Amino acid sequence: MLELALKGSKKYWGLVGFLAAIVGVAALTWLYQLQFGLGITGMSRDVSWGFYIAQFTFLVGVAAGGVMVVLPYYLHDYKAFGRVTILGEFLAVAALVMCLLFIFVDLGQPMRMLNVLFYPTPNSVLFWDMIVLNGYLFLNIVVGWNVLEAERSGAHYPKWLKPFIYISIPWAVSIHTVTAFLYAGLPGRHFWLTAILAPRFLASAFASGPALLILLCLIIRKFTKFDPGREQIQSLAKIVTYAIILNVFFFLCEVFTSFYSNIPGHMHPITYLFAGLHGHGAYVPWMWTSISLMIAGIVLLIIPACRRNESVLAVACAAVFFGAWIDKGMGMISGGFVPNPLEHVNEYIPTPPELMISLGVWAAGFLVLTVLYKIATSVKEEAEGYVSTP
Amino acid sequence: MDSSRRTFLKIAGVAAVTGWGARPVLDSFASSGGHGEAVEPEAKKTGEALIGKHWGMVVDTTQIESIDDLEPIFEACHKLHNVPVLKNKRHRIMWIWEDEYEHVFPGQESPYMVERLHKTPLPVLCNHCENPPCVRACPTKATFKRESDGIVMMDFHRCIGCRFCMAACPFGARSFNFRDPRPFIEEINREFPTRMKGVVEKCNFCAERLAVGKMPACVEASNGILTFGDLGDPESEVRELLREHFTIRRKQELGTEPSVYYIV
Ligand code: SF4
Ligand code: SF4
Ligand code: SF4
Repeated sequence: MLELALKGSKKYWGLVGFLAAIVGVAALTWLYQLQFGLGITGMSRDVSWGFYIAQFTFLVGVAAGGVMVVLPYYLHDYKAFGRVTILGEFLAVAALVMCLLFIFVDLGQPMRMLNVLFYPTPNSVLFWDMIVLNGYLFLNIVVGWNVLEAERSGAHYPKWLKPFIYISIPWAVSIHTVTAFLYAGLPGRHFWLTAILAPRFLASAFASGPALLILLCLIIRKFTKFDPGREQIQSLAKIVTYAIILNVFFFLCEVFTSFYSNIPGHMHPITYLFAGLHGHGAYVPWMWTSISLMIAGIVLLIIPACRRNESVLAVACAAVFFGAWIDKGMGMISGGFVPNPLEHVNEYIPTPPELMISLGVWAAGFLVLTVLYKIATSVKEEAEGYVSTP
Repeated sequence: MDSSRRTFLKIAGVAAVTGWGARPVLDSFASSGGHGEAVEPEAKKTGEALIGKHWGMVVDTTQIESIDDLEPIFEACHKLHNVPVLKNKRHRIMWIWEDEYEHVFPGQESPYMVERLHKTPLPVLCNHCENPPCVRACPTKATFKRESDGIVMMDFHRCIGCRFCMAACPFGARSFNFRDPRPFIEEINREFPTRMKGVVEKCNFCAERLAVGKMPACVEASNGILTFGDLGDPESEVRELLREHFTIRRKQELGTEPSVYYIV
């Protein structure tokens, strides 16, 4: 099946080349980081995790979000999603590749990465996170590939695959739960120390993952002969609607608890993010943009006429995706570290090399996604009787 | 190699006492002027090493007049442990430093607090917590608690630089080497390892000095502001101080059980 990735149009190769070029520049920047140390980033003694870990967290959500097409199909026998499960699985694969790369570029001593395996430490949540992420990557590759291969040869997927498919569903929930536990169990980090963090992570995951999937479906329909289907897109849109509403609701719960209780430690990070603290407020415009985007997304998604209009739906999904991205890919980490444990406000601003490396990881992920989607859509085209596009 | 070094760190104290094996290795750690003269009444001394069940420290803030009283303490530690002096505030490495009462004990300040505490700079360092969240978080056991005496230690050669421990420490006690520290060490002390970029470090309660019968460097330089000893020994000087004075610990409500106490 791999050969399908090598037979593509000019546009396909153009996209592949463009993404590869970004990856190349980022790789050089990473070599510079390797040589100098993480000092080329904006991170500091006080904000010791930054953009990399934030992107990682967001992308774990995107990976988990892929399950929203797998679950209805296999558990509720919702046939329509049969057409798109592969897109969800391959999106998860690409997102996980990015997650692992973000962890990798964030390490101070990447060459020692395997120490996590040599000295397994079950009391560390990071140890479990590594297991669930790699496990989920494995599951999605195995399931996605075999189902697609079966589809290509016009057969039913092999029986032995069934358990893997069923395991992959709770596993999707586990990856984002464990990732939330990285944060939610740390004493003294008030912004993270909340039982609603994992549910909130899942809600934002089930909004941003399917929102991206809808956008990808629309793109696929435009550029290939495979149509993921109108009903499929509309069902996904409803999932996005519920999930993003829950996400905003969970956040408001957080705001209530913090401010009604009036406990300073709980109020400070939220105040810092949304209003600024002690004269520092770099994230204020971003956070309000995030809230506005998510609310705009909700309004557009709730109104049936808007949701059914696919152009409006695309705008709504973009709004949800970027709103959730700012919320998790920027605010979540900074809010946990600012103010610092000694209640000083030292802000974190990512640097250009740091952003370049992050962009490169995103490009690498989209490169994987492009190739996988090329294979998937080619198989689907063949199955539907089209000859592979030159 | 990693694991042998680590095992060494763990058993150094014990081995030194029993008088075999570790002596020659310890020499490479020992301070150059090593007369081993620091005899502390509370520490049971066998052979050369100071042995305690649970090392702890008491900071007598009533003795601190100004920052001038603390500077020699910081300098003693940082010189001895090859802590670099970095200009960029983001990259700074600190094992022991000062802050104001309201920052050391956030949530415990009040507007009408005793005058002295408003102005006095207080020393802060790793608390060598009994339930250290940093140890819980570390995915490689590069940060670990030495069960024999409660010191929370670091293996610089195993650390992968994930900085999970820094997120986990509620006291900001840990620093990360954002770049190669060696060019920024004013005068390298050959008896203590320098670090490479990409690893975390912090106060080690001078484990290398205890192993050769010496008190922590900061304590020696403190003019009585800092007292170090065995919290597990009711007869020790630290326990005596704790019996006689009202003391507080940082963020006690988090349950990490700090081993550093402040007389206020
Ligand atoms: S003060 Fe911080 S670094 Fe030191 S033992 Fe406690 S949690 Fe760990
Ligand atoms: S930075 Fe090093 S010491 Fe800290 S948690 Fe990671 S491996 Fe452990
Ligand atoms: S106990 Fe030793 S390592 Fe810790 S601050 Fe004092 S001198 Fe530095």
